[in-house]
Amino acid sequence: MIEETTKNASNFVDQVDGAFVFIFGISLFFLFAITIVMVYYIIRYRKSRNPEATHIEGNNTLEVVWTVIPTILVLLMFYYGWSGWKMQKDVPDDAMPIKSIARMWSFSFQYENGLVTDTLFVPIDKAISLDLIAQDVLHSMYIPAFRVKQDMVPGKDANIWFESGKIGEYEIFCAEYCGLRHSYMKSVVKVLPQDEFEAWYKLNSVAMDTGNEEVNKRLAGKGVLRKYGCNACHTADGTKLVGPSYRNILSNKRTVVKDGQEYEVEADIEYIRRSIYDPNYEIVKGYDKGLMLSYKDQVTEEELQQLMEYFQSLSEN
Amino acid sequence: MSQQESTQTHVSFRDYKGRYKGLFAWIFSTDHKRIGLLYLYSIITFFITGVLLGIAMKLELISPGKTVMDPATYNAVFTLHGVIMIFLVVVPGLPAVFGNFFLPIMIGAKDVAFPRLNLLSWWVYVLGALVALSSLFMAGGPPDTGWTFYAPYSFKTNTNMLPAVLGAFILGFSSILTGINFVVTIHRLRAPGMNWLKMPLFPWTLYGTGWIQILATPIVGITLLMIVGERLFNIGFFDPALGGDPILYQHLFWIYSHPAVYIMILPAMGAISEIIPTFANKSIFGYKAVVISTLAIAFVGYFVWGHHMFTSGMSGTALYTFSLLTMLVAIPSAIKVFNWVSTMHKASIQLEPPFFWAASFLFVFMIGGLSGIALGVLTTNVHLHDTAFVVAHFHFIVFGGVGFAFMGAIHYWFPKIWGRMYNTKIATTGWMMFFIGFCILYLPMFLLGIQGMPRRYYDYVDRFHGPNIISTMGSWVLFVGLAVIIINLIRSAKKGEIATKDPWGGKTLEWTVDSPPTLENFEEIPVVEKGPYDYR
Repeated sequence: MIEETTKNASNFVDQVDGAFVFIFGISLFFLFAITIVMVYYIIRYRKSRNPEATHIEGNNTLEVVWTVIPTILVLLMFYYGWSGWKMQKDVPDDAMPIKSIARMWSFSFQYENGLVTDTLFVPIDKAISLDLIAQDVLHSMYIPAFRVKQDMVPGKDANIWFESGKIGEYEIFCAEYCGLRHSYMKSVVKVLPQDEFEAWYKLNSVAMDTGNEEVNKRLAGKGVLRKYGCNACHTADGTKLVGPSYRNILSNKRTVVKDGQEYEVEADIEYIRRSIYDPNYEIVKGYDKGLMLSYKDQVTEEELQQLMEYFQSLSEN
Repeated sequence: MSQQESTQTHVSFRDYKGRYKGLFAWIFSTDHKRIGLLYLYSIITFFITGVLLGIAMKLELISPGKTVMDPATYNAVFTLHGVIMIFLVVVPGLPAVFGNFFLPIMIGAKDVAFPRLNLLSWWVYVLGALVALSSLFMAGGPPDTGWTFYAPYSFKTNTNMLPAVLGAFILGFSSILTGINFVVTIHRLRAPGMNWLKMPLFPWTLYGTGWIQILATPIVGITLLMIVGERLFNIGFFDPALGGDPILYQHLFWIYSHPAVYIMILPAMGAISEIIPTFANKSIFGYKAVVISTLAIAFVGYFVWGHHMFTSGMSGTALYTFSLLTMLVAIPSAIKVFNWVSTMHKASIQLEPPFFWAASFLFVFMIGGLSGIALGVLTTNVHLHDTAFVVAHFHFIVFGGVGFAFMGAIHYWFPKIWGRMYNTKIATTGWMMFFIGFCILYLPMFLLGIQGMPRRYYDYVDRFHGPNIISTMGSWVLFVGLAVIIINLIRSAKKGEIATKDPWGGKTLEWTVDSPPTLENFEEIPVVEKGPYDYR
């Protein structure tokens, strides 16, 4: 369940919300004040009530007043925003680094011990620094409840940090448009008590967030799919997303296209490996080229085996 | 032109017989008034297309999951909506239509300085529009990148991004030509006695706009050429895969596209500055302050583009410099609002449709401007950036500001252009529905943004459902209001009562000539002795 209140969700919430109240307060005051004056003038000085206009060309004192007052106010607001923003930029030295990887259209998180997950797990009351890496196009890491956002630019390092003060689950969205399934590119950050986090961190060697006490081989393959965010584009039930489904992948031959040539191919381990390491080598008919990145050096041989066993189990059902 | 024709002094420009007949008499005419109307008809066609695309988007968003279209279509629809509305409607918008028609008349000239160049700029506009929209008919379909064409996604997509980019490039030239024409016209063709400080405010804003068009538009041309070079010849400017820098693209794009916002809004402010004194029957309050603030907006507006990129990863120094400059640009806008409202003080206000549009312009423009403050301040921007809040903000400025001013202008100058009066009751009804629909449509999007809903979202989580339903319903009310307005105007252009020279009691020069004006506007060039808004 996503938390509904954001009080203390991160160390920035109070400051940012304070700035919002300050800015919206002043803005709404001026909006209402000016609108009320305008409506009053329109009613009071309508032609039927005031047939003769008074000749007035201007008033220099007033011009100065309404130049100086807004200037002071906007400078105040600028200062407020700048000081709050500086806080967000100064990452504490003891922050726990987590690599956050974005690709069309999923996030994954890599911890210092090598653990990779599709959900972000963090301990409460601990500074976390997310090192942001984009593998293909622009993405943006956005955690609304924490009031943090940073674009993820391929080839450029960036990071954000936060410290959460409230246990719970919060949404992560991709805020920078990144193509077809942009609105489905999301994840969750789970804030755990310190000891629960420690226990989870030590136990998990494979990327699973639930039920991994009885990890059998089938679940291991499923875990691999989740770990690398494969399900953002491929399904197990035959639904057509950006990429082909895994359903019946081993039992049926598939028609693929390479350099305009169509041919049939059996999905053996060679094919699966090729599709993951060199995804644009051949494309399943009816799908677009260039959407998938190579996962060479990421997906291991062992994980490939686990995937094959999972696909096998899909065919048996 | 034969001797006999040039002596026909009271034939309106619409009835005037030139070298060509029928359609050719329009598309080959160098008369600034006919060119203004050519722009009007083209822009309205594109505007209605853009509106229908917008309605389709809102319909899709009325509920989570798929409603009427799949994500690929939705992404193409919001891209086309943006490209059409920005490049084909709002940027040419007021300057090309009302600037062309009224700038020469308001400064006491027979035409713009370069009438043939003026016709060329319309032709270039049409060519650019056709190229931009040609992608609709190509395999792969229209682009799905958003109107910003951000790299590197725009280099990876399989849709036709290049035609749209080339179209925008060509449209840029149309904009530059119009800018040059207007700046020269204002410098060279003002009537005797009309010194700079006796010039009405609409020409003043066109002057500021002209300079932005001349100086800023080439940047987008260069950028778009670099994209072409990158896509066709693999030169790595922007794509990191080729060694380029995506942030460089954003800088170049916004160096043009931010001043473009001022190309849109300055003439809108100019039109409002004409409407308010006329209907208040009173001189504009603080003429000089309004002129200075116009120039200040045009100038400072060049240096604030970075506020579109606060979360892109620019250096800290760049961030707070841009934030500070953005705050400063709020001040001249505030000065204008104070002067407009003060003009109504002790006035004698005629409550007619153009005035309703102007007053509601002030309201929506204030919401647009004030919401911009939260976006210009760094810490609040981080939360709001790339959310529905931004979409609401710029629709309040671009559709609220520019759109309301355009509507105000067309209702204000209608009797002058067509020589007939429209039904003011129906026009008021249309305005009210449009205004209410507008608020219902866009106000909930502020809330959605604060709650964290990112923009360009085909689908959303359940907690965003409520405001989205209200917003979509607003789009229907707005659409009905728009239909009422357009039908009323089309009918009145043919069947309305014949209008006099000066139905509203305006004091600027266009109200001294025939309705509709003759080919050369003035029987003899007027000599100007008084300021533009002398109601004594």
